[in-house]
Amino acid sequence: FLICVAIRANYPLYIRSVPTQGELKFHYTVHTSLDVVEEKISGVGKALADQRELYLGLLYPTEDYKVYGYVTNSKVKFVIVVDSSNTSLRDNEIRSMFRKLHNSFTDVMCNPFYNPGDPIQSKAFDSIVSTMMVQAC
Amino acid sequence: MDQGSAAGTGGTLISLSDSEQRCYSGLYALCQPDSSGKLAAGKVAELFRASQLPAETLHQVTEVCGAKRLGYFGCGQFYGALKLMAAAQAGLPVRLESIAGELPLPVFVGITNELEMRYPNQPLTNESQSHILGSVTGSAPRPPADRPVLRHPDTSMDKQEVWSPPQSPGISPPRSPSAYRSYPYGAQRNGTDTLLVYEAKVPGLPSVPQENSSPSHYSLRLQPEQPVITRVASVERLVERVEVDYSDDPWRITEEQREYYTIQFRSLQPDLSALIMGTVAKNFFTKSKLPILELSHIWELSDVDKDGALTFPEFCTAFHLIVARKNGYPLPETLPATLRPGFVEAAVVTAPPSEKIGSVDLQMTSRQGVTTKQEARDESRKPEFSPKRIPEPHEKPTQHVSTLKPDSPQELDANMKSRTRPRSYSSTSIDDAMKKVEEPPTPPPRPQKTHSRASSLDLNKLFQQSGQGSRRSQHSLSAKSGWLPPPPALPPRPPATQIFSFIPGSEKSSQKVVQQPNFADFSKFREEQETSVRGGLSTEDLTPPKLDSTVVHQGHAPQKPVRRKIHPESQSATPPSATPYSAATLTKSTQRPPPKQKREIQMAIRKNRETNAVLTRLNSELQQQLKVVHRERVTLESQLELLRPVAST
Repeated sequence: FLICVAIRANYPLYIRSVPTQGELKFHYTVHTSLDVVEEKISGVGKALADQRELYLGLLYPTEDYKVYGYVTNSKVKFVIVVDSSNTSLRDNEIRSMFRKLHNSFTDVMCNPFYNPGDPIQSKAFDSIVSTMMVQAC
Repeated sequence: MDQGSAAGTGGTLISLSDSEQRCYSGLYALCQPDSSGKLAAGKVAELFRASQLPAETLHQVTEVCGAKRLGYFGCGQFYGALKLMAAAQAGLPVRLESIAGELPLPVFVGITNELEMRYPNQPLTNESQSHILGSVTGSAPRPPADRPVLRHPDTSMDKQEVWSPPQSPGISPPRSPSAYRSYPYGAQRNGTDTLLVYEAKVPGLPSVPQENSSPSHYSLRLQPEQPVITRVASVERLVERVEVDYSDDPWRITEEQREYYTIQFRSLQPDLSALIMGTVAKNFFTKSKLPILELSHIWELSDVDKDGALTFPEFCTAFHLIVARKNGYPLPETLPATLRPGFVEAAVVTAPPSEKIGSVDLQMTSRQGVTTKQEARDESRKPEFSPKRIPEPHEKPTQHVSTLKPDSPQELDANMKSRTRPRSYSSTSIDDAMKKVEEPPTPPPRPQKTHSRASSLDLNKLFQQSGQGSRRSQHSLSAKSGWLPPPPALPPRPPATQIFSFIPGSEKSSQKVVQQPNFADFSKFREEQETSVRGGLSTEDLTPPKLDSTVVHQGHAPQKPVRRKIHPESQSATPPSATPYSAATLTKSTQRPPPKQKREIQMAIRKNRETNAVLTRLNSELQQQLKVVHRERVTLESQLELLRPVAST
């Protein structure tokens, strides 16, 4: 399972999960992970664009997943939740996924018809996320 | 659609000869492809049955050509299927290998002679004629109608003719059977071969090769005789067909369109090699009244270098996509090859300079206006416009403009348009067509007046220099500079109806009060401009001449309607300026500033209010946080107090 979220000012602009069932659980996870992201970016004065890994190793008895976070220079957070059973996903892959997300997001921002704060409805963005998620799963 | 050179069967490329291409594209058009290139299953089935092949063979054909796999017949699959059927009819097994070689054209029984009859005026170009004479099998008299318009020198001419009376949608159905019938006809009779030929599906030809050469010669000979027959004769059918054919390639920018885009680009950015900034482009395209989501998508498609600005090719692409969308074509997921910047760039280079404003522009605009029809029919209108306009331009160049204008005004008042639509186009012949075209739903105009206002404001600023101050003056293009500076809306939408509705509305003070004044003014313009073109446009309350003029204007300059709309908003106080077009500009400009300022002020007020609201909210939240923190502080202090005596003691 894989879910990607783009969050700006603590509300999501874009949420996409590969298995569309059971999304609510992931939404909740993402929301709670925001706290951790905030904590990390408030503590570190530099390197806001660092890709951080969250909850690596957080395992519930019934579900295990890893949450990765990423923050851009403009405080836009990206969160990826992956199922721990996807052990094939390495850190580098996650980083490249975040990079792709960031690039696509920048493209969306370049569009003058897009108002920052709007949900992202760009088809190009969707397609990039879909391909990414298909690759990862 | 690809030129048929690649049948998508199993990825193998199958080359088609010219005659085959023509025949197939004609058949393709017959089968009523929708905008994405898929063919109507019913028509395809009919065609297959007409081939008189056994059912299992047809199944094999479907399978081999890949349509079964895909579930529908795209262009490639269709062409592959046709070739396979030709092979089957020639006795070869239905396999990909068998169609690799040269094959006679497939024969379809029952395909019409009607088609032949219908297209007696198939515009045969000289080259097609010579072609016919030249080769026995390959000569397809069919005009390259299915080919991109850019290709042939008299393509535009064809277009005009073809487009002339787009009218009755009903034409399409009859065409198909006739097309089918024409095939066997070609085989059977020679006399009507010319008609067959016109069908341009080379109906006769396919059968001809199969029969013997003499009938083909006949047909060939007959073809040249008929070539230049009244193009107008069954223009409708032709138009239909051409429309369909043209619709095969809606993603190709025609010459006139390119010139129009050039003019629009110039209006935004005088230097053709420079960029249009994102906000400028946004305001410009916002006038087209497309939903922001679609505009956003169009931007993503066209801004290839992702720099937030549009180069000229990118601008042409975006504009073309908007035009197509306005005409009802769904937006593609990816940029079609013909719209890629490299392609557009090349075309741009070869495009004639757009300095020729005036009648030429007018014609273009009129054509543009026509093209923007919601369905293919609109396109047909365009050609009609141009011929019409040509005789009249000197008289009233504005007429062109007006025809185009209707499109944009329509956009504006999508909601209101219901009945007024039919009136939009002024051209007599086109009126009916226009009416029909306008009936179909146009994309809803932007609901917020603010949008229009904003754009109008920007427009105003943008176009101040053009001296056309008032939007109306812009509309008057022809009178003034020939092209509206800011093309807010798509050119051809038949906005006239909307305008009409507005005008009556204004009189009745309907909801669109804002627009009403505009229209009122506008209609005044129109009156002066031209009444001849218009013909029976009559909205309920509008006087026919007014309508006509408005319509004409609107048709011509898509942007104009937007402007007009804005004007009323800004100039609610000056509705019936009724100044003549040329004079109106001046008056308008004088009237403009106050309304504009008012609007600007209103906008600013609104923005400030919103900001105030946001700040208030923030303030209250911070206040609450402050209270919380304060409370904590108090608790901590009290604890400290408690501890201190302990410590001190």
